[in-house]
Amino acid sequence: MGQADYRSAGAWRTAHRHPLVRRVNHWLNVVLVVMLIGTGLNIFGAHPALYLGQYGSEFDQPVLSIYAVNGRGVTTIGSHHYDTTGLLGFSNGHSAAFPSWATIPSYRDLATARNWHFALAWLLIINGLVFWVESLRRRHIQRDLLPTRSELSPRHVLRDIADHARLRFPEGEDSNRYHILQKTAYLSVVAILIPMMIVTGLSMSPGASAVAPWIVDLLGGRQSARTLHFITMWALIGFIIAHLAAVALAGVGNQLRSMITGRWRFRADGAWAGGAPAPTTLAEDVR
Amino acid sequence: MAALTLAGCDKVIDKNKDMLRSVGESATYRWQRLIQGRDALAREFSAADISPRFKSNGSHTVASDEYARHVEEGFVNWRIAVDGLVRRPVSLSLADLRAMPQRTQITRHDCVEGWSAIAQWTGPQLGRVLQMAGGALPTARYVVFHCADNLGGEPGKGGAQSPGQYYESIDLIDAFHPQTILAHSMNGQPLGPPHGAPVRMRIERQLGYKQAKYLERIELVDSFGRYGMGRGGYWEDRGYEWYAGI
Repeated sequence: MGQADYRSAGAWRTAHRHPLVRRVNHWLNVVLVVMLIGTGLNIFGAHPALYLGQYGSEFDQPVLSIYAVNGRGVTTIGSHHYDTTGLLGFSNGHSAAFPSWATIPSYRDLATARNWHFALAWLLIINGLVFWVESLRRRHIQRDLLPTRSELSPRHVLRDIADHARLRFPEGEDSNRYHILQKTAYLSVVAILIPMMIVTGLSMSPGASAVAPWIVDLLGGRQSARTLHFITMWALIGFIIAHLAAVALAGVGNQLRSMITGRWRFRADGAWAGGAPAPTTLAEDVR
Repeated sequence: MAALTLAGCDKVIDKNKDMLRSVGESATYRWQRLIQGRDALAREFSAADISPRFKSNGSHTVASDEYARHVEEGFVNWRIAVDGLVRRPVSLSLADLRAMPQRTQITRHDCVEGWSAIAQWTGPQLGRVLQMAGGALPTARYVVFHCADNLGGEPGKGGAQSPGQYYESIDLIDAFHPQTILAHSMNGQPLGPPHGAPVRMRIERQLGYKQAKYLERIELVDSFGRYGMGRGGYWEDRGYEWYAGI
């Protein structure tokens, strides 16, 4: 958490929660990830079919494919066919795996999409390295993100899930720290999902994979790596949607402000707004 | 509103792509060469891994009477010139190539589009072929491959519209790499027109578009700038990276 700088404003307190580097990391990542997804979907459109194993092309059985036929968009998953006209396969009057509002560039241009995708990937890696170095140095990972033993108990996890389902978000001093679902989500992104995007991405590189072909084998082959790259992207999109929803529902003003100015506002413990019964916080469970 | 944003985004993307391509590509080329060393080998497979069907991409043949005649003749009169910055320019026939020590490799072809196919390729290493020409002069930095096929500019593909003659280029590290061969046979059979008969390059640590088909001439140069739009290859002239390791 770093050094908290408490300044009382009546019953309200302000904590310096997010240092500048973390905030810059965060917003840079927003831009980078959105653009990587957009260029990635454009690249996917050059061959909108996914396979498993070391090889795969039009003559092989795809696990997923998106195409257009007679002005209709079709998506196949395994042996199931779906009419996805207007979104996947055929939209805005022309055939495209993903619609023009979702791809960067909006029109078909594999060369440009690749130029941007790989340049942005470099920035993502640099941004990620800065995040990790800074976060380890400031013990953000160790103190704020790593779950404690008691947080991992099933009772504790289920209670956090229930609180989320009831849209009951932490208040008071308890709001000034991450809870188990948050920790799991954020750690998954920085320690699993983003690294997986990079590893699966590099596995598709004939130059990089020559250095350690066993990594590609571990993933199931070059085409499996491509499929995993695509699936992991959707896990990231899922995180983004859940993250935006939680931010919106848990006090969007304070949330956004804290990631812009770094200051997180909360009421000192013991004083709850509006006289409502204090929600059961998980603070006492945490050691 | 959305349409304006899209158009605006496209413009920004388009105007800056050259700068990004060169900076990003440069970084990628350098770090990949650094971690590969000279000899990191692309994965080789067993016969059981060979793709049952390997699609033909780019040109499927050369649309000329001359080429049709070569096909009929079994390419006995086909010659591949090895010249430019070499000590002794030579002209090699298929028989010459087959008489040299051969390398057979079962490797995976990765197309820039995203698909992959595995096949067995046989042919002499480019390094040995260059030795037949007395080796590279000290001023040589790149190998340019000149091909018989003409893709006619491909207006629908975007990017600069250079002449349609296919050509490619690699650096000397890839030129002397053990897996860089002049493949005259595929899956145990002489190469067919769809895959670049009589000879196509295999450059196994880069994407498919680098691996020129219908090879006519191998030229050592100090710069590939005088060909096409100066980017080092048919597809490079149209916006793709020269270093296609990724």
